[in-house]
Amino acid sequence: MTDTSSTDRATATTHVPPPPTGVSRRRMIGLIGGAAAVGAAAGVGVTYSASGGAGSADAPGAGQAVAFFGDHQAGIATPAQDRLHFAVFDLGAAATRAELVALLTAWTNAAARMSAGLDVGTGAVAGNPAVPPDDTGEAFGLAPSRLTLTVGFGPALFTDASGRDRFGLAAARPPQLADLPPFPGDALDPARSGGDLCVQACADDPQVAVHAIRNLARIARGTASVRYSQLGFGRTSSTSTDQPTPRNMMGFKDGTANLKAEDTEALDSQVWVGVGDGPAWMTGGSYLVTRRIRMLIEPWDSTSLGEQERVIGRSKGSGAPLGASSEFDPLDLQAKDAGGRLVVDAKAHVRLAHASTNGGATLLRRGYSFVDGTDDLGRLDAGLFFMAYQRDPRRQFVAIQTSLAGKFNDALNEYIQHVGSGLYACPPGPAPGGHWGQSLLG
Amino acid sequence: MRSAHLRAATVFGPLVVTTLLVAGCSSGGGGAATPAGDGSIAVDAGENSCGVAQTAIAAGRHTFTVTNTASQVTEVYIYATGDRIMGEVENIGPATTRTLIVDLPAGDYQVACKPGMVGNGNRTALAVSGAAPPGTTDQSLQAAVDSYHAYVGTEAKALLDTTTALVAAIESGDLAAARQAYPTARLHYERIEPIAESLGDLDPLIDMRIDDATADTPFVGFHAIEQILFQKNTLDGAAPLGDALVANVGKLNDLVKTVQLTPLIMGNGAKSLLDEVAKSKVTGEEERYSRIDLVDFAGNVDGAKYVFTALRPALQAKNPQLVATLDQRFTALVTLLGTHQAKPGAPGSVSGSPYVSYDALGPADVKALAVDVDAISEPLGQISGVVTGP
Repeated sequence: MTDTSSTDRATATTHVPPPPTGVSRRRMIGLIGGAAAVGAAAGVGVTYSASGGAGSADAPGAGQAVAFFGDHQAGIATPAQDRLHFAVFDLGAAATRAELVALLTAWTNAAARMSAGLDVGTGAVAGNPAVPPDDTGEAFGLAPSRLTLTVGFGPALFTDASGRDRFGLAAARPPQLADLPPFPGDALDPARSGGDLCVQACADDPQVAVHAIRNLARIARGTASVRYSQLGFGRTSSTSTDQPTPRNMMGFKDGTANLKAEDTEALDSQVWVGVGDGPAWMTGGSYLVTRRIRMLIEPWDSTSLGEQERVIGRSKGSGAPLGASSEFDPLDLQAKDAGGRLVVDAKAHVRLAHASTNGGATLLRRGYSFVDGTDDLGRLDAGLFFMAYQRDPRRQFVAIQTSLAGKFNDALNEYIQHVGSGLYACPPGPAPGGHWGQSLLG
Repeated sequence: MRSAHLRAATVFGPLVVTTLLVAGCSSGGGGAATPAGDGSIAVDAGENSCGVAQTAIAAGRHTFTVTNTASQVTEVYIYATGDRIMGEVENIGPATTRTLIVDLPAGDYQVACKPGMVGNGNRTALAVSGAAPPGTTDQSLQAAVDSYHAYVGTEAKALLDTTTALVAAIESGDLAAARQAYPTARLHYERIEPIAESLGDLDPLIDMRIDDATADTPFVGFHAIEQILFQKNTLDGAAPLGDALVANVGKLNDLVKTVQLTPLIMGNGAKSLLDEVAKSKVTGEEERYSRIDLVDFAGNVDGAKYVFTALRPALQAKNPQLVATLDQRFTALVTLLGTHQAKPGAPGSVSGSPYVSYDALGPADVKALAVDVDAISEPLGQISGVVTGP
């Protein structure tokens, strides 16, 4: 649920004091780290703890700023914010490992400030008038808006397309970060797939999310450039029991059966990388799969309600499984009607995506609806930017997508097309004074 | 996107064009009235040689006595690393002797004699050693301004010469020769474009696009000629435009001799040049008929790089990290640009241009260029703050 902001950026600085004149940016980051450390000491162990009062609030939406530092990166188990700006970066051809570390360090410093509702560096208006401002300024005066920034490392960072180990990381590549296999029906655009680094910016205010990506892209200039970015205007999943289930662009409730932040046992078994899963540097991290799923909106809109519900396997109004009466009723995949036909079609999306069909595999879905205007034919370029966090993509996303993909499987495939794909290892959260990816590169 | 243009106009707005002769322009970095130091050094500017009587000298002020032994008019430059102009003397007639006074700190230099006043010239290395009296920041900034002023003067003169050659080809009725002469003239304009933008209406009269034309301001200048030569594929109507262009370029050449420059203007001008690249060269907007956008691209980068080169000693003292970053990123961009050089007659080549046509670039090529331009733009934006700071 969106908590409309009552605190603006100026007052947000009461918990993270603004730097008095003469305090360096480095020391400022230290102050932020200190504040987070106090929070942790007071028992706020969850990543989405509000900064509004140390130890007081770990309920979703209770505060405006989400803690940046912690064991896990923010933006994974954080209750899904309303808006997304997701960006994928490629390192320059001549970039070195030292430059990669410098970039991640600079990003961490900027991200910690922006997450706290502060501007980057010396700010948007306070610096030397003879030079460009450190911060681009469009979030000046806006609330922190629960901004989270989450970083991931693509397979290419470890071994690039021509097999080169550019940063001495090939040996550290986790087996879980195996390239996704091609799936039947994929129509992937290379320009919207892959990449060295990803940054997920989520916030309740779209301008705050865009500001964050814009400033991180600016900091990256000379080291890394944006390969592509994707805006998402509406969350399609709830990741907390406090959130109502939103509808996707097909008009159906999406994410009813999602993993929820409150279910810490499920997070530990399905989302967070555990000790011994693979290389130690990923412990506490998670793997992200992204798929840009274009919905063929016009054919879908001219499909009968009955057919739409058969394809999905749920009632369009309530979100209840077919044959059941309310949204959270259990899915009975064996139920048959009086004529002996399956109530939930053999090719229904919910059946093929269900954990029981996929060896118990589930995902923490955190996707967003997108509409990127219209295409050359005047059709809406819309769909779902699917994002899912998991402990091991090989037995989770790949298993589920294998069930779904292709003409012989999910009936929904007639109305959707996967046009972009990404796989990223999201390292554990940075500690105060540390930087993103320190366990890998430190 | 007109903002870069407007900003350039604002930055250069307050410039005052005076009738003072700036000493540094024609007599090198010295210019002060103090007596020359340790005797003069003879330079024999020959047809295929550049003889320097002493090639290892002590740091300090030196007087060079230049004698033109070639058969044509010559000029002599003293370059520091990166072809930073330390001093120059131009228009030396055959069998004529001129002097050049220049302050040289310890370092490696080159003396370049350029018979015909074109090209890289014949060069002789000059090593300067010993304890130079440490220059103050003000001195190094003044030297940068003088050096840049010399560069602007040289480029404006080259612009006038090459534009005159273009118009001569038009008036001789030789379309192929006119098309071949066009890129060279463009290169010299693009190197000093922000200076032209600071001088009233000269920039629009020389460099306007067809979209800038109104009922009161018809389409004139380089691009009007470009449209006739490359799109209409004729010479009809080009001659009157050419005469007006030569007149305006001539005015520019006169005005830059007396334009007052400051380190701040230089820093902002360099940024403005990179903005030009990002706005109209990376997009292929500027040279829409001839497709020689990479020539303009190279010219803008050359001009920005020269500002950096001239300011290098001052920047080095204040922010060596910035110098290292700019060195690295300019090298990357120049190297990348070099990969798009075309052999004459090869696919994608344009007569008179060292680079391939913009149309020969793929989307990935254009993106790579844009990424490298953005990478320079950020540190370049810091120059003004450094040169004006404490």
